[in-house]
Amino acid sequence: MNHDAYDDNYIRGILNSVKSIAMVGASPVNVRPSYFAFKYLAQRGYDMIPVNPGHVGKQLLGKPFVASLTDIGRPVDMIDIFRSSAHIMPVVDEVLTLSPLPKVIWMQLGARDDAAAEKAEAAGIKVVMNRCPKIEYGRLSSEISWMGVNSRTLSSKRAPIPTQGMRLSLNRMSVGGGATAASDRAAKNKSEPT
Amino acid sequence: MTDRLPGFSTLAVHAGAQPDPTTGARVTPIYQTTSFVFNDADHAASLFGLQAFGNIYTRIGNPTTAVLEERMAALEGGTAALAVASGHAAQVVVLQQLLMPGDEFIAARKLYGGSINQFTHAFKSFGWNVAWADPDDIASFERAVTPRTKAIFIESIANPAGSITDIEAIADVARNAGVPLIVDNTLATPYLIRPIDHGADIVVHSLTKFLGGHGNSLGGIIVDGGTFDWSKENKYPMLSEPRPEYHGIRIQETFGNFAFAIACRVLGLRDLGPALSPFNAFMILTGIETLPLRMQKHCENAKAVAEFLAGHPAVASVNYAGLAGDKYNQLARKYAPKGAGAVFTFSLRGGYDAGVSLVSNLKLFSHLANVGDTRSLVIHPASTTHSQLDDDAKVRSGAGPDVVRLSIGIEDKEDLIGDLAQALSA
Ligand SMILES: Cc1ncc(COP(=O)(O)O)c(C=O)c1O
Repeated sequence: MNHDAYDDNYIRGILNSVKSIAMVGASPVNVRPSYFAFKYLAQRGYDMIPVNPGHVGKQLLGKPFVASLTDIGRPVDMIDIFRSSAHIMPVVDEVLTLSPLPKVIWMQLGARDDAAAEKAEAAGIKVVMNRCPKIEYGRLSSEISWMGVNSRTLSSKRAPIPTQGMRLSLNRMSVGGGATAASDRAAKNKSEPT
Repeated sequence: MTDRLPGFSTLAVHAGAQPDPTTGARVTPIYQTTSFVFNDADHAASLFGLQAFGNIYTRIGNPTTAVLEERMAALEGGTAALAVASGHAAQVVVLQQLLMPGDEFIAARKLYGGSINQFTHAFKSFGWNVAWADPDDIASFERAVTPRTKAIFIESIANPAGSITDIEAIADVARNAGVPLIVDNTLATPYLIRPIDHGADIVVHSLTKFLGGHGNSLGGIIVDGGTFDWSKENKYPMLSEPRPEYHGIRIQETFGNFAFAIACRVLGLRDLGPALSPFNAFMILTGIETLPLRMQKHCENAKAVAEFLAGHPAVASVNYAGLAGDKYNQLARKYAPKGAGAVFTFSLRGGYDAGVSLVSNLKLFSHLANVGDTRSLVIHPASTTHSQLDDDAKVRSGAGPDVVRLSIGIEDKEDLIGDLAQALSA
């Protein structure tokens, strides 16, 4: 698996197939990136579970926080890790104790741990690193184009009509369009995420 | 579906655009509206809080303009873009994200005269100080770096003389200094040069020129290369620190590799206000669809005209990087192998007076203060675009009193050469 550049169909396949997402490091503070992503994904119909031992007893958009992945007590499709690279491995080790295993481990923008990814992949889990599911959803649905962002997709097909103002289909017929090789290079060279 | 990535001409026609979901309109509609209805109070709050992607008010974003932005980001190989009302507005918005009062930036001495004015005079009242360096002497950029330096600004092909800048060498200086390299790519367009591929971090354009291409609409754009780590040294608080105007959001942390474009939109354009009209965005988008074809013709014509002038007895010298013997020919071969652009200068043996009479004798070339039109244009920079510079600065920026600048259009080259021949012998 090449973790420097993902095929659109790989990301599309993941976002189309998972239904429940446990977010490790979710924050109830409404200006944190994890809050943005949690809310965005919840509005698009994902069954979101906030995981953060510091906030047990509280709720995030009506969903109760759990202290750890093992406390969820039911199968989840995807674990979205909102922690910096240095904190990824212990979370992946915890994921590997779950039964059944989730289908996907997703590490947030700026987070990457190749050894942890290898371990998860050896257990049959799909891995995405250094990406944001909100941004990828917005990109593949072309909603992010409203912000002038290079979606790197082209299409001559009529897009599905937005539902409640949201572009919900990730299945636009599209071809990859417009490389951003320089930025991928920059992402690789970058040291630690903030 | 193939794995082949679409080529430049395909992106020029398609990137950012798709058939309108509601009406099926194939060409991007002009969304000539100031504002957009919210679904409900929570949607409104999400949009204002930057939690959702969507439209609020045309000063912040507009669906027609967004197509132009995405198309330019794709053509430059950037992560995102922000369109604004003019090239000059793009420069203000970019530097507002990078400089605090008392900070400095380094700029190449060879720039569009209006940019030299903007940097020297207008920015002084913001407390932004410019240090000038010579694009033909890379060490002069190194010497200009101080602890307060926040950016380096150059033109890829420099106005007025069409000289080619060694982008990679200056990108190295910027990298060593830990500051972003901003490239004004107006005269090259991404068809001829893609500065991000050569190490630039931010690209700006006056869309008014070759990109719009028909001399009918002003516009500017900022392209985010997605290459710079704004949080590394805390030198760029607009991007790395919690923003009070957004209740403590950190822009880079939230938006990753397109954070700079978002900062320009929500901290720059939103508050300074130089929004592009959706109608202008539409005109420029239409222009960009034919950019590759036009640039080929512009460059082919420019080379033919430059060769004609170089052989004319009334002409003292021609500065066109596309000519084999030109000082910038090596750099042109490296950075702009498809053509050296269509803006260049030449000087007349008869000096200032000969320049003035040439301009008045031309019948097809238009005497005006613009470049990058389908029509061929002529101007005497010393008395117009560069008139506010002192004599020394005029010469140093390539706009001495005997210099005439041409912007070659896409007419038949024989007609352009014929017009110049009659005007030179009149
Ligand atoms: C190289 C260059 N940069 C910037 C500008 C300023 O652009 P605008 O006139 O769109 O503000 C111009 C205009 O002539 C230019 O030639």
